[in-house]
Amino acid sequence: MTTDTPSSVSATETSKSSLADADFAADARQVTTLRGAATDYVNRLRGGDMGSLPALLGLLVLFIVFGTTTDTFFTKLNLANLTVQAAPICVLAMALIPVLLIGEIDLSAGVASGTGAAVTALAIVDKGFAWPLAVLAGVVVGAVIGVVIGNLVARLGIPSFVVTLSFFLALQGVMLLLIGQGGSVRFDQEVLRGLAIKNVPPTVGWISAVAIVALYGGLSLFSFRRKVARELAHPPLALVWLRIGALAVLVLGLTAYFNTNRSRNPVFPIEGIPYMIPVVIVILIALTFLLGRTSFGRHLYAVGGNAEAARRAGINVIYMRVMAFVLCSSLAAVAGILQAAYSGKVSPGSGGGNVLLYAVGAAVIGGTSLFGGRGLAVHGVIGGVVLATVDNGLPLLIDKSYANFIVTGGVLLLAASVDAISRRRRSASGV
Amino acid sequence: MTEPLLQLQGVNKSFGVVHVLHDVDFAVYPGQVTALVGDNGAGKSTLVKVIAGIYGRDSGEYHFEGRSVDVHGPRDVAALGVEVVYQDLALCDNLDIVQNMFLGREIKRGPVLDEAAMESRARETLASLSVRTVKSVRQPVASLSGGQRQTVAIAKAVLWNSRIVLLDEPTAALGVAQTRQVLDLVRRLADRGLGVVLISHNMTDVFEVADRITALYLGRVAADVPTSEVTHREVVELITAGRSDRHGLAAAAETATI
Repeated sequence: MTTDTPSSVSATETSKSSLADADFAADARQVTTLRGAATDYVNRLRGGDMGSLPALLGLLVLFIVFGTTTDTFFTKLNLANLTVQAAPICVLAMALIPVLLIGEIDLSAGVASGTGAAVTALAIVDKGFAWPLAVLAGVVVGAVIGVVIGNLVARLGIPSFVVTLSFFLALQGVMLLLIGQGGSVRFDQEVLRGLAIKNVPPTVGWISAVAIVALYGGLSLFSFRRKVARELAHPPLALVWLRIGALAVLVLGLTAYFNTNRSRNPVFPIEGIPYMIPVVIVILIALTFLLGRTSFGRHLYAVGGNAEAARRAGINVIYMRVMAFVLCSSLAAVAGILQAAYSGKVSPGSGGGNVLLYAVGAAVIGGTSLFGGRGLAVHGVIGGVVLATVDNGLPLLIDKSYANFIVTGGVLLLAASVDAISRRRRSASGV
Repeated sequence: MTEPLLQLQGVNKSFGVVHVLHDVDFAVYPGQVTALVGDNGAGKSTLVKVIAGIYGRDSGEYHFEGRSVDVHGPRDVAALGVEVVYQDLALCDNLDIVQNMFLGREIKRGPVLDEAAMESRARETLASLSVRTVKSVRQPVASLSGGQRQTVAIAKAVLWNSRIVLLDEPTAALGVAQTRQVLDLVRRLADRGLGVVLISHNMTDVFEVADRITALYLGRVAADVPTSEVTHREVVELITAGRSDRHGLAAAAETATI
């Protein structure tokens, strides 16, 4: 034995260096050309891995339909309003993504957002808290709701559907208790309300936009170089540049758009990016980082993909499940505060009604799977913009609320069908 | 013969009144494939779980590299460098090969995952096992065939400089070509100096790769012999009756009760 091991280890060492290239030649480390990358992408689509493509195409169709059939949709004021309207939906949809990733559902996220906003509003109005402290109080209440839900689901084993449905009802009662029957709390704290009604000064907007593009470009190129240097799998350089270019067009285009005056009254110009947008971007970047670059995120995907495999790999599955709900309810509280900033008040009905279904719809429309294990933070934003566009454009076209309900329901059903069909194709083709 | 890497002596294990393992002696040698055979209910799975530390022993000794070791749970066993690849593989379909191989033991730089280091090491491990069938280590596991999945599961087990790998029915669900790949891999593991335990019902596979065969019969070791000294027919007799002409339990054992 004692003589055996050292020799075998050294044999392994030498085989590493000699085999690494020659015997592993079949491992495609890179798709060398843009065309190769495009073929790969088409194959993935065919295999059922649609991602956000249906949502982006849908958005294009919606813009064309609303743009050509109404006069007001493409006015600058309306489009700026659209983005502010979309922000709370996007954040609530992002909140749901960790829970959807582990294959669960949180039906109470909407009312949890309302509860968080109510606590924040009451802390400012009744208790005279400073706004950061009030926001913190709202988020903590959200986190506590998440801890309770998570433990009931993960430790007691009640289906999340039932637990969160109970919370959906109970939290509406809590909000009535907090705010009082028929009342509402005003939400006019200068900074928080300013998120919805004030704009970033145009120069600051330009500097930030250029900085974001430069940072993204720098990081992508740096990581590309490192991958090439270390002979790791990497995309073609042209694709990297294409992505940077696309981001630059999007970010700089939007900045240019928002930085021109959109006021109807020449005396009071309205220009600049609404403050709501940077808030959404910061949350998007933070959640993307958490899900994609940390072991916490990796473990969330693992629990959603195969909980038993995750358990055997030494991951604390119960802890991950609880944390998914905590993350969801806390972020939901942030979404509630943004919604309150937009509407200027919190009422007992805030976050009720169809708010939650909008958020679930947004995440699923964006490309996150209801079956767990698949999804990205950006899906919430893309889906949120699609639903806000329907919400904003449809009343301009048909001024009847029945149409809004029917169309939104239809869009959600369509997205869920796309999800289910791509799941079937995935299991058939194994992509 | 070299000293065994892992040795169990006189292991007994009961579940309530059911006495599952009777004075079982079992040894794993470095650089050798030991096949563990036996009919359903012979105690193969129980023995594997005792080795893996999932079940405790009622009596008997657990030696690793000649030293007696205390084993209180799966973590102790993993720390010794003993890995078990279970039949149902335990891979996450939605993650790629690298992500699966490092699941739960990710390499990090600060709070951030070090993807580059993980990808390099995964590729090195696969290359050192001469795995040539996967298109890319960044492929999701969902797109792999049964044999490739088995390969990834085994590579995951040897990634951590393991000394012993226990494979539970690795070829049970595979086609001819894939069985070939996995058996080649099993052989290569042993050639690297690892102790390999192959649990299988398939005599063809056993005779092809195993150096030694340990046959269990009603919770007793019926025979522990080099593959070269037994025939196919004798092993089948050992499995079904506990004895054959030249090997096996003494006649008294046939009347033994479990």
